Amino acid sequence: MSETVVSTTGWKPNPRAARRRRADHLATAFGMVMAGILVLVLASILWTLLSRGLAGLSAAAIMKPMGPPGSSSGLANAIVGSLIQTFMALLMATPLGLGCGIYLSEYGTETNKFASCVRFVSDVLMSVPSILVGLFVYQVLVAPFGHFSALAGSVALAILAVPIIVRTTEDMLRLVPTSMREAGAALGATRWRVTLSLCLRSAKTGVLTGILLALARVSGETAPLLFTSLGNQNWSFSLNRPMASLPVTIYQYAGASYEDWVQLAWAGALLVTMGVLAINIAVRVSARRG
Amino acid sequence: MSFLFRLFFHDRTANALVWWLKLPDNARFSSQSSSRMTLATATQPEEARDKAGLSHSGSRRSGPDTAFHLLVAASALLVLVVLGGLVVLMGVGGSQAFRTFGLGFAFHDVWNPVADQYGAWAPLFGTIVSTLIGVAIALPLAFGTAFWLTAMAPPRIAAIVGTAVQLLAAVPSIIFGMWGFFTIVPFMARTVQPFLTHHFRHVPGIRFIIHGAPFGTGLMTAGLVLAVMIAPFMTAVMRDVFAAMPAMLRESAYGLGATRWDVMWKVVVPWSRTGMIGAIVLGMGRALGETMAVTFVIGNVTAVGWSLFAPRSTVASLIALQFPESPAGSLRLSALLALGFILMLLSFASLALARMLRGDTK
Repeated sequence: MSETVVSTTGWKPNPRAARRRRADHLATAFGMVMAGILVLVLASILWTLLSRGLAGLSAAAIMKPMGPPGSSSGLANAIVGSLIQTFMALLMATPLGLGCGIYLSEYGTETNKFASCVRFVSDVLMSVPSILVGLFVYQVLVAPFGHFSALAGSVALAILAVPIIVRTTEDMLRLVPTSMREAGAALGATRWRVTLSLCLRSAKTGVLTGILLALARVSGETAPLLFTSLGNQNWSFSLNRPMASLPVTIYQYAGASYEDWVQLAWAGALLVTMGVLAINIAVRVSARRG
Repeated sequence: MSFLFRLFFHDRTANALVWWLKLPDNARFSSQSSSRMTLATATQPEEARDKAGLSHSGSRRSGPDTAFHLLVAASALLVLVVLGGLVVLMGVGGSQAFRTFGLGFAFHDVWNPVADQYGAWAPLFGTIVSTLIGVAIALPLAFGTAFWLTAMAPPRIAAIVGTAVQLLAAVPSIIFGMWGFFTIVPFMARTVQPFLTHHFRHVPGIRFIIHGAPFGTGLMTAGLVLAVMIAPFMTAVMRDVFAAMPAMLRESAYGLGATRWDVMWKVVVPWSRTGMIGAIVLGMGRALGETMAVTFVIGNVTAVGWSLFAPRSTVASLIALQFPESPAGSLRLSALLALGFILMLLSFASLALARMLRGDTK
């Protein structure tokens, strides 16, 4: 009897443990390889972008307007056009998104069918392919007027920005404790006062983050601009006429067979990426501080 | 705002609108009062205040309150109208094509602008196959990277790589398109395709997948670029989901002698299944409607075939390329809008799928 006890407590190789250990080694290798591949590929993209973009980037590329190939042209009107259109888009999207977000968080209770409908629609809009937004705006603002316009481009970008602002505004306002609202009401403030001066104020950083994220998303969009603001070789500041934008210019120049245009496309790509990354980093830093 | 309602609608319609927007009861319209809309609060103060809760600390203050409510409700309504308009206009614009070709439009595989014959199958096939390839490549990449980030990497490195991946998820898609066009396409044309053709040309079962001249463009290239584009996004979401699991569960499993992989596969994955599905479907939705990354690398030929290495087209790339050339009112324009409508349905279906699998119906 004592012999059996000794034999069971003694160490024996356990086939199940060995199998588990082998699976673990395999999975570890799998995880490392996958992470390595992803990091390498992403680094390769950044490297291509930096090396080719910096080669094409010069003072002339930023200061001079677009022109025919071989004429030492630049991207100045595209840069300014992009700035104007994204600014206009935010100007339209911010009040609308804020209003909708406020409605959803302050009035859109669980039982409110209309609010849950709007919430669902806003989620759908967030994932709608951006080119379809371009088609929609073309039918509403380009086809009836018979010409492409920067205004149509801005509206298309605004439609893409609104759902992001709605979502963050609602989430951030929901984080404001109810006791704050009750305190405001107890002091005699009306509901709109409570919403604007207390809730929105304390959720300011979060709401601003949403607007910045929308800006980052919108500033690199190409597809919705193709059929709305079209692009323009010359300077144009009129919202009623086609206007150049950086992403559309990149699209036109990258596929061209002129070496200097391709270089300008890379320079433009570098500018767009740096802009988007800078906004995202700013959001991150401010979120950490707030 | 309320005055406008009063201008356009009868009392009953206006009241229905008020009910629908869930306005407080005291905002009912009534034509018994003077020509302007008046608030009923003054006549029945106690009940109205009780019902409407916080907002009614005084009857005179509810005027601006109602106006504010109407204002924000109107912006919510506008968001609803925009999406409704998007769907309706796409459908109306495409109705000519649907009428001409019937429901077979979706499965007809000829896209010939010269003969004015249009069918959606070629671009639809391209969209679906390139998306599936993209997700199939991105999923192991994202899962493996998220596994490494949450279970293996030293905290400092994990923080750096995690942030970098999150940042790269925000890079505009046209950058991925350009990178694919200048890096992946030549690589496919000069290395991958000659290699495959040389070694697998006569292997039955594979032969028809790799068939085609070495252009470097095609569904495989598009799938690769899409995978690289959605992988950072999926990784970022999966990492957040994995990290959100209570540390207690993980530590208990380790305490029972589980290996890293045991913990991952038997504890973390079941716990975060819904979040992972959400990440996958959201990535799929992005790939479905992607225009710029695909247009550069797909080759843009409206043909149908099993070869993954021959030039093809997707719905979004076809719209981007042919829309500017289509005159207003033409059948071709209508066919493109009908394509847009189908793409809309696809993207809608993927979102609905995500919600269904996640199990919330909100």
